Order: sequence, then C-alpha cells, then structure tokens
Amino acid sequence: MAGLHIKNAFVIDPLSGVKGEIMDISIRDGKIVEDAPPGAEIIDAAGCLTLPGGIDSHSHVCGTKVNFGRYMSPEDMRAGRTARKGVMHVTSGYSVPTTFGNSYRYSTMGYTTILEGAMAPLEARHTHEEFTATPHQDMLANTLFDGNWSIMEAVKEKDDKRAAAVVAWTLSAVKGFAIKLTNPGGTEAWGWGEDMSSIHDQVPNFGVTPAEIISTMIRANELLHLPHSVHLHCNNLGVPGNYRTTLETIDLVPDLNKDRQSLYLTHAQFHSYGGTTWRDICSKSEEIARAVNNKPQVVMDMGQILFGRTTTMTADGPMEFKLYMLHHNKWSNHDVELETGSGIIPVYYGRKSLVNCVMWSIGLELALLTKNPWQCLLSTDSPNGAPFVKYPEIIALLMSRKFRDSERKMIDPRTEHLVPLFALDREMDWYEIAVMTRAAQAKALGITRIGKGQLSPGAEADVAIYPLRPDEIDPSADYQQVMAGFSRTLFTIKRGRVVARDGVVVVEGANSTIWTKANVPPAYDMGADPEFTRKFEQYYTVRMSNYPVQDVYLPRGVRIETEASL
Amino acid sequence: MKIEDVVCSFCGCLCDDLVVEVDGKKVVNVENGCTLANEKFMGDHRLETPIRRTGNGWEKISYEEAIAETAAILLDADRPLLYGWSGTFGEAQSVGVHLAEILGAVIDNTSTVCHGPSILAIQEVGHPGCTLGQVRNRADVVVYWGANPIDAHPRHMSRYTTYCDGFFLKDAFKDRKVIVVDVRETESSNVADEFVRVNPGGDYAVLSALRAIVRGKRDIIPPNVEGVSREQLFRVADICIAAKFGAIFFGLGLTMSPGKNKNIRNAIELTQELSRHTKFTISPMRGHWNVYGSNEVFTWITGYPYAVDFARGIAFYNPGETTSVDILRRGECDACLVVASDPGAHFPRACAEHLARIPTVQIDPHVNVTTHLARIQIPVGVAGIDAEGTAYRMDGVPLRTRRLYKGDYPDDQEVLRKIYEIVREAKG
Repeated sequence: MAGLHIKNAFVIDPLSGVKGEIMDISIRDGKIVEDAPPGAEIIDAAGCLTLPGGIDSHSHVCGTKVNFGRYMSPEDMRAGRTARKGVMHVTSGYSVPTTFGNSYRYSTMGYTTILEGAMAPLEARHTHEEFTATPHQDMLANTLFDGNWSIMEAVKEKDDKRAAAVVAWTLSAVKGFAIKLTNPGGTEAWGWGEDMSSIHDQVPNFGVTPAEIISTMIRANELLHLPHSVHLHCNNLGVPGNYRTTLETIDLVPDLNKDRQSLYLTHAQFHSYGGTTWRDICSKSEEIARAVNNKPQVVMDMGQILFGRTTTMTADGPMEFKLYMLHHNKWSNHDVELETGSGIIPVYYGRKSLVNCVMWSIGLELALLTKNPWQCLLSTDSPNGAPFVKYPEIIALLMSRKFRDSERKMIDPRTEHLVPLFALDREMDWYEIAVMTRAAQAKALGITRIGKGQLSPGAEADVAIYPLRPDEIDPSADYQQVMAGFSRTLFTIKRGRVVARDGVVVVEGANSTIWTKANVPPAYDMGADPEFTRKFEQYYTVRMSNYPVQDVYLPRGVRIETEASL
Repeated sequence: MKIEDVVCSFCGCLCDDLVVEVDGKKVVNVENGCTLANEKFMGDHRLETPIRRTGNGWEKISYEEAIAETAAILLDADRPLLYGWSGTFGEAQSVGVHLAEILGAVIDNTSTVCHGPSILAIQEVGHPGCTLGQVRNRADVVVYWGANPIDAHPRHMSRYTTYCDGFFLKDAFKDRKVIVVDVRETESSNVADEFVRVNPGGDYAVLSALRAIVRGKRDIIPPNVEGVSREQLFRVADICIAAKFGAIFFGLGLTMSPGKNKNIRNAIELTQELSRHTKFTISPMRGHWNVYGSNEVFTWITGYPYAVDFARGIAFYNPGETTSVDILRRGECDACLVVASDPGAHFPRACAEHLARIPTVQIDPHVNVTTHLARIQIPVGVAGIDAEGTAYRMDGVPLRTRRLYKGDYPDDQEVLRKIYEIVREAKG
C-alpha cells in the first residue's frame, strides 16, 4: 500500500502532547510512521485543523432497538433521504439513519470509531450484522448486564469472581467490548412492570440492590482487566430530583485503575435534575460536576440535548414507559429474557418547553463546570439528546459565550432563574474540544493500546482534517464558521485511506469490530458450569450452542485479550 | 451423522433444538420437530437444475445461462419488482436490496400479504413486545387472538407459552390462563381456559369494548358485543387486569380481517392501556421462518420494512402504492424476480395473471404454483439444510441456521451476487 503525506497540518494530538503545531503526518500501511514511503500521495492541509479520527464513546447506531426505531418511524426515514451516488448507497433517516446513513454522516464529520451504547447479548448477532453495514467506522459494543440473572445471583452470593466469569464468557460469546449497566435492576423489575426508585431498592425476586450490582461489576471489571471500565446508565434517568441518585452512585466508586476511570457515567445530563416534579425541575449540574471534579476515577459524557425532533431509545424500558405516559405518542418496548429490556419513543425538544430548556442548559453546564476535559466527553447519547449530526453545534456552544447568549434570547425566559449556565464565562479552546471528541474517548475506552485516538508513530492512521484555520478564526465570535467546519471535513482518513472528502464518501469501507476476550482459569469457565448451563436448558429459549456469535459475523474482528486475575 | 441443536427453517418459531440425522446428502430422521418441520427436512423434493420455459414445456439450462438471462431481463425492465425474501437468509436478502437499489426497482417481501397491516399499526402507535423467553418465564395469562398456533406454529405453546414451565411458573399448564379469541372453534380454542367467539369482522368492536372496560367504563358496555356477552368481556378484562404478566399473540385472523391495521392498532392500544395496570405485551405470530429477517434487513439498509421503491433514486415507501399486489394489479411491473416465496399461490388472481404475462424469474429450491407462471426457475440450496445464514425469529431474536451437509446447489446469496455483478457491470 502506498502511503500518504499530510503537510502543513495544524495538529492537535492530546495523547501525544501536541497542542497545536504546524507539522507533517506520514502514513504507511494504515499506520502513522516517521517518514512517508516514496511516492506517497501528498495532501496539503494548508494550516487546517488536523486531529485524530473522532471517536464516539456512546451512540446508538446498530442493533435491535435502533432498527426498531427505524421500523416504527417512516416519518423519520423520510426526513433524511439521499440517493445512491458513486460508492454511496441510498440513505434514509434523520434521527435514526440507516446504517449507511450513519456511517457516511459520521465519516464526513471526521469520525472513525463508534461505540454502540447498548447491545443485548441474546440479540448480539443483529448488532454485528449492522456493524458490517456501517463500513467506515471501527465498531465496539457495550454489552448489557443490568438485569442478567447469573450476574444478580453472583452479586447475591457476594462472589465477584463468579460475576467476572459470567462477564468473560458472555463478552467472548457475543463479541462484546465492555460491561454496560442500564438502570441496573430496573430492567428486571420492568419484567413485572415495576422499576427501581433508588440504588438501595431490592430487585424483585433477586434480593440484590442496584448499588450492589454496580459495586460488584466495578470490581469484576478490574478482575478481568478489561480495557474499558463499567459503563453505567444510572437509575432514575430523567426523573426530577435524580441528582441524588447520581451522587450516591458516584460515592460508590473506588479508584481501582491507574490508567483510566473506574466508572464511566453516560449521558450525565439526564441524571442531573433537581426539584421534585416537572413543575419545579432545576439544574443540579454544579453538584454533579463538583462530585466528578473530586473523583478522578469517574468519567462522564454530556448527553447534551439540542432543540428539535429526535427519537429516544434505550435499554431502560421503564423509563421509556414513563416518557410515553408523559407524551402519549407512540411507544415501543422490547424486554429481553434473563438479560435486559428496551424502549423507544419519538420526542420533540422545544425552546418553549421550560423543562427542555433546563435540560439543554444542564448538558452544557456539566462540560463547562468539569475542570478536566478528560472527565467530561462530548455526546448527545445520539439520538436520545439529538442526532450526532448536531455535535458541531455543541462544540460551537462550548467555544462561544456569545453563541450561548444569542441562544438565551430564543429560549424560555424563566430558564435563567433555574440554571447557572449564563453565569459561566468559560469558553473552550481547540485543544479541549480535541480532548472531548477523541483523545479522552480513546483513553476512557482503553483503546489507546491499539493505536486509537492519537497520531504518534505506530498509531492507527485515522485522521480528520477540518476546513478550520485555528490561527485565523476566533471561535468565540465566529461560531457559525466553527459549526460549519466541524460538520464537514476536508479529508477523513481511515486506516491510511482517504474515505471522505468535502462531505462525500469516496471509497467503500472496510471496518473492524473490536471486542474483548478475558482469559479465565478453567474453574471459571462458565461454558462448563452446571448452574450456568442450566439457565440455557431451562429458561432461555435458545440453546447454549446457538447463542455465541460465530466468527463469520466479524469479517475483520480485532480481539483485545486480557488475562483475568481469578 | 446426528446433528444436535439444529435450527428449523420453517415457521417464525425458529425452534433450535432439533436433532437431525443426515446420511450423505439426505436427511433421514428428525427428532423434536413438529409435523411441519419433519416434512420440511424429510420431504424435500428439489428441482434438479435451472429450467426455462419453451413453447409447450421446459428445458434444462445451466446456471450461467439462467443467471445471465435473469440479469438481462432485469436490465431490460422499466419497472422491475423483486418479491419474496421471507424464505431465505439475511445475507441473501441484503444482496437483494442492493440489487433493487442499483436497478431502481421495487423490492417487497411477503409481509405485503401477511403482517403488513400490523407494521402499519406499529408505525402509528408503536409496539410493546418482548422476547419469547419473557413470556415463557413470566406470563400467567396468554391470549391468542385470530391465531391457531396448534396448527400453524405447532410448538409455540410447548416451547414458549402454555405447556412450557418457566422460572416463575413451576407448573405452567396449571398456573397459566389461556384465552383464545377467534371466529370459530379451532384446535387451539379447545385447550383454552376461556374461548371468546367473535362474529366475523367483529374484532375491532370487541377490542374497543375491552379497552373501555380496562379504562373503568363498564357501564357503557352493551349486553352483547359482536357475539360476545358482556359477562364474558368483563371476565376476560378482569383476568387480564389481574395478570402478573400478560402476553397477547395475534395472527392473520386479526390482521387480515375487516379493519386490518386498525384492528392491530386497537389491540396494541389495549396492551398499552393494560400496561398502566400490570405488565402486558403483544406480538405478531410471524409465519415464514425469516419474514421478520426480511423486515429487519430491508429496514437497516433502506429505512423501511417492506414495499420499498427505488425508482426515484431514494428509498420511497408508500404501502398501497409501492406494495407488490398494487403494482401488479395496476399492470405497472414489467419484470419480476421472485425469491423464496410463492406469490402464484398467495396473490390475487389478477396479480398472478400479470406475473404470467411478464417475464418472471423464480429462485426457489422447489416447484410450486409460481413455477407455472415463471419463464425461468433457478433452484438453490435450502437454508438450514444445505445452505446457511441468519434468520430472525418472530420476536426479533437472530439465530444462525446451519448447513447440515454440503449439497450440490449454490445458495440464494451466491446466485443473487452473480446477478448483481452483471447488473453492476452494465450500470457502470
């Protein structure tokens, strides 16, 4: 493979300590190298912002519930259509685009790696099929354990090692990447139409609490030495007053890993509400940010909402039912035996809704109040807060107080009495944005070890060049230009190949799926464990031998192996 | 050779516990299967080679010839229709969608004459459902509405509902109440605790009455609603409200009877109403083993579960216009590729007549009614027997059907890929 030589690039590469220098980047055989091979194609970046490929550490793009979001929403499919053109397939959808739609739109924004936020193990094969049809990004799957019966039994027996063994078997069987807990315990309770209202409630029939599940899984995760930490969607999502649950959860977190956080709190905005009802909801971003500032072992992502139409989808079935009771719009639910649940409803976030304006403020506040940008990553929990195509708007809001002030005039005027946002002066710089959109994701996911999120020699040659000259632009004033620039790269380079150029995808993709295999001693092989196999015999509706995802579903699988301490 | 845990590619139950004995290129015994499964695996009478219609009969042709002619027919067409897909695996369906995309064709699956109206209802009000194991382990009330599982999905009751012990039901047959709603007695209604006999076409009114009762409006219910007494309606509603976990399964008796998608919408809204009181779910009894897979594959590639028209370049969906029956009925379609289904047997006569007038190519292992309308038929391996790929169970659980022996036929994906390559070459 011939190489690439990018010259005159304005590089920000936080993981390598590069904070904005004009330099050259050389690429050969899909990797960053010291010197480009002779005959390498030359790209003149002409001083434009050049970053490692974007990484989304929490997005819903592939799998059973995502596809059901498309299936039930022809109105959303009609809202974003493109015809077949060159190598690009037809795409449909605005908030829940088709797989190619997701892939092309992410690619033209410079994103090269995406973590699917929630995969039910039983339905993993579906997620992997859609991964293959999302060809321009390397994919990872958070694997749901929130209502897993074998896990809850291990928690009840206070057996961290057994919990770890169940995780190891399952991740390996379903080719998952990390542990995801969505409303732990709540999804099992929802099997009876119930929910958890605090982390100390008992899960019906299982005699464990969400707090115990979370604590056990944090320890089990470290026993397995998994690259990522436990990835948690806290209990009580979207409930006024839920910031207390979130603070209690943060209090549970020990510091167990020197290389990264011990807990990843996802879409924190949805978990930072004060008040007691929708009538007196207010922002508690200061409390949450303070707690995170005091706990380096916790990393969160924003879960920003933006105004407009979108679709909410989550494994948190009971929460979606509450939303349905609020909106009376269409509602889908899909509980998964012995494992988890899910729900979907469409929503509209309006500038005239005080509640929505408070939510909008909270997400931005969390980012602006978190001192260390490595601890608060940019996300919308796409498409829950907004579809990912709106990320550039968030970047512009974070970089420009002027933009925030102009938005202030458009929203419900009562908002400013309920939120601290408009008192915050902070304007983020290019470096902080680079951290919040790729470097911190790579670190939090633990994938720097496979060369993600950086541009130093040996790294994966995933590069995004944006039509933005940091030397010439004042993002505080030129926020429209910032937004436009981050919406469309000049070049997106994936594994050393130019895949998108000026908003057009130019080659057929060939992505990888990254998964983890923790090797455990034979005594902890759940495949041979009588109690574990009995679950399949008696309670699952598929045979154990038909459960694992075959290798054929991962044409370019990348396995990260670890040796468990069991 | 005995092979265990075989996935059955007959109905939407996708039972995966069959034990199949293979001798060379023949299945000689099936254990655990229902009569339908046994027939599928054992009574496999294949077409031997591709065939082409001559004046009065058929001639055998090679695969290369059949594939080249099929591609030529599709390339020559102004309004090609690619129909079927429910009897093949996902990977082949995926090639089919891309073939339609490059041709600017209409692609549609058997939902169009099956659970299409259920999909329209789901697109209006959503779908509170679950995997079948949730029902197995939890449901103390099961309702079959317009469905006769004992005949159509013979192991549904024993694997997933009535007769199947679950984690929270140690003696399921005693602990579960079964309600069957139908217009006539069936094998299934005979085993019901409560059989609700509805006048033909009366489902919508009965569903509305139940919704009213669940909402606390008993006083407005007349003595008799479409053949069902007020007392029985109260009784059924009370059973549902008192359930810890209720599961409704509906079949074509509800989907395709007068009211169609509005029946399903009403049933879903009854489920949503019941969800305010207790746990309730609803699920369609999908027929073909991988019809749900065709909906899934179509959706992630095009955004729509069936009836997708690529004529405008974009994916366009408008059931009633872009559905196969309507396109054929209007005489609009000028070539048809049928894959893994039998529209000759299931479509209205006028549509079948149009299929006979235009060049119709069928890719299917077996001779069926559509063969008699077709110009060319290309036999392929059978997924789950001598071909393999992904299938989606009626509840969305994806399973991989397996190849039990290496046969002599190419599979659907291989044949479609070759057609696709010729078309792509021609289209540039």
